[in-house]
Amino acid sequence: MSASLEKGINALKEQVDSSVAAFFSSCVHCGMCADACLFQTETGNPASTPIAKTEPLRRIWKSEYTLLGRLGKIFGLSKKVDEELLAEWETMVYDNCTMCGRCSMVCPVGNDIALMIRKTREGMAVAGYAPEGLIGAMNRAIKIGSPMGVKLPALLAQIKHIEADTGKTIPVDVVGAEYMLLLSSMEIMNFPKFIEAISKIFDKAGATWTISTEAFEATNTGIQIGVNDLAAELVQRTVDAAEKLKVKTVISPECGHAYMAIRWEGPNLIGKPYSFQVRHILEVLDSMRAEGRIKTDSKESQKLTYHAPCQVARRGGVIDEPRRLLDLFADNFVEMLDAGKMNWCCGAGGGVSSNERADEVRLEVFKRKKAQLEEVKPDALVSACANCRIHLEDGLEEYGMDIPVISLTETLAEHLADD
Amino acid sequence: MSEIALLEWVRGPGFQIATIILVVGVIIRIFEILMLGRKSNLAEAKGSEFASGMRTIVTRSVPTAESFKRSSLTIVAGYVFHFGLFVTIFLYAPHILLIKGVTGLAWPALPTPVVDIVAVVSIIALLVVLVHRFNNKVLRYLTTSGDLFAWFVTIAPLVTGYIAFHRIGMSGPALLAVHILSVELLMVVLPFTKLAHAFTIFMARWYNGAISGYRGVQS
Repeated sequence: MSASLEKGINALKEQVDSSVAAFFSSCVHCGMCADACLFQTETGNPASTPIAKTEPLRRIWKSEYTLLGRLGKIFGLSKKVDEELLAEWETMVYDNCTMCGRCSMVCPVGNDIALMIRKTREGMAVAGYAPEGLIGAMNRAIKIGSPMGVKLPALLAQIKHIEADTGKTIPVDVVGAEYMLLLSSMEIMNFPKFIEAISKIFDKAGATWTISTEAFEATNTGIQIGVNDLAAELVQRTVDAAEKLKVKTVISPECGHAYMAIRWEGPNLIGKPYSFQVRHILEVLDSMRAEGRIKTDSKESQKLTYHAPCQVARRGGVIDEPRRLLDLFADNFVEMLDAGKMNWCCGAGGGVSSNERADEVRLEVFKRKKAQLEEVKPDALVSACANCRIHLEDGLEEYGMDIPVISLTETLAEHLADD
Repeated sequence: MSEIALLEWVRGPGFQIATIILVVGVIIRIFEILMLGRKSNLAEAKGSEFASGMRTIVTRSVPTAESFKRSSLTIVAGYVFHFGLFVTIFLYAPHILLIKGVTGLAWPALPTPVVDIVAVVSIIALLVVLVHRFNNKVLRYLTTSGDLFAWFVTIAPLVTGYIAFHRIGMSGPALLAVHILSVELLMVVLPFTKLAHAFTIFMARWYNGAISGYRGVQS
């Protein structure tokens, strides 16, 4: 057995806890998770059945942590995890799963299959079976501080542009600010208007905020590829910066997995609770709304609908906040079928968008979002994740649909009352 | 061994052995799962863990409308045979007498012709499940020999019970012995096959609800 395979197997062993054991013990192979997964419904590929993607982890659980499995192992009857299996499963685990978690919501025995796949990735990545695109992004995140290779000068240049355009100062490294804003590389490079929107809204709301030059990157490739050590290192950078600047709240921006990483996995990765709060930008804006600190004076008359990023909504718990915020400026809002916690994934989360090998399949499974959009026929599509936005635009273009994709925060900023 | 001796063995020592294996097996499996433990969550909670877990144990019994539309055959056939197993095992008068003899507990039975119909419907539902398993691409991909074995030991007591009640083929004692043996086979393999979901389902659903509920989502 090669050293990396052995490490991968050990990583899988570490992932098995009582929840995983209860899940595998309960699976009856009913196939209902397949009907909830867009990678299965849109491609018809049976190998895309969510529970099937967990096979490497299942074999380790069975042979190491069950009585019959251990007996089987002694007699050489148990199914092994080898290089062949991992090579075959790599495309299923990374290219054909966004860890959107719809499967976890329908499994009749209650298996959190998305969690099981997340854990399967831990073994795959350590054994060296992860897509090149994600490995590259991971290396850039660790070495440069950004998966897209966005360095501090690039951020400062964008800030300068915004300051020149708006005449406002973007606070950088302000000690004692209430909020510390994180940004995804995609926001810095493709959607700098987001920073402008934050500046406008927070000014009106009278909130102090800052960006840290030491930890501005929100994304966490360690979570996507499934390497807990590296994910923890990235989380620690944010924790150090937040403690240094003595902020009360760290804001996770319009990005899905960044929120999962810093809000829900972060403290568990570094092994201790935070000394500050972490909130998604939509949660922050919604609490400002509740306090009467955000007022709008104009409405959007075009028909809007909302695409919920999976890690923010179903896996993250931010479901009602965007609806209440939309209510501030949307006159003609319609929900897509299956909206809310059962919303369909765009098809590019969980590292799929960083993985070129998955380009074809992510556009193929976009047919599900396309069908959802065709039912409500919106004039514009609102979302709250830069990665979703890029892929939604890609998918809409691929299928010749002319629907602009807009950010919730940016659109809200456009409708702020002038006092 | 005569028919009567066989019947006496399956009713006596056979049943005792099967019961012991069932009980010890279930304890081993539960122990095996819980012993692994689970790290406590250090992230600030947005909702309750315990209550959400308890709620999911109940709510996961009802599929969402969309899930029902996409997996209707699996859900309907599944519900029918699970309900049928409950009725035939626990609401058939001779079974209640048996349980009363062992535990002292008793409850009213359903009229025998009703149980008879339920048994037939359950057998049909299980046959539908098997055909679906072979016809559906996803299910065919997922199916292992373990699934077929579990299917066999589940349908066997229903079929042998039906035959024993209607006295088809063999003599009464022989039919009853075969029926009890098939039940004992089910009892013995239950803890060690996917049929273990009969009890691990409560743990799995609780974990699912707890993990999600902690983040403020009712799953």
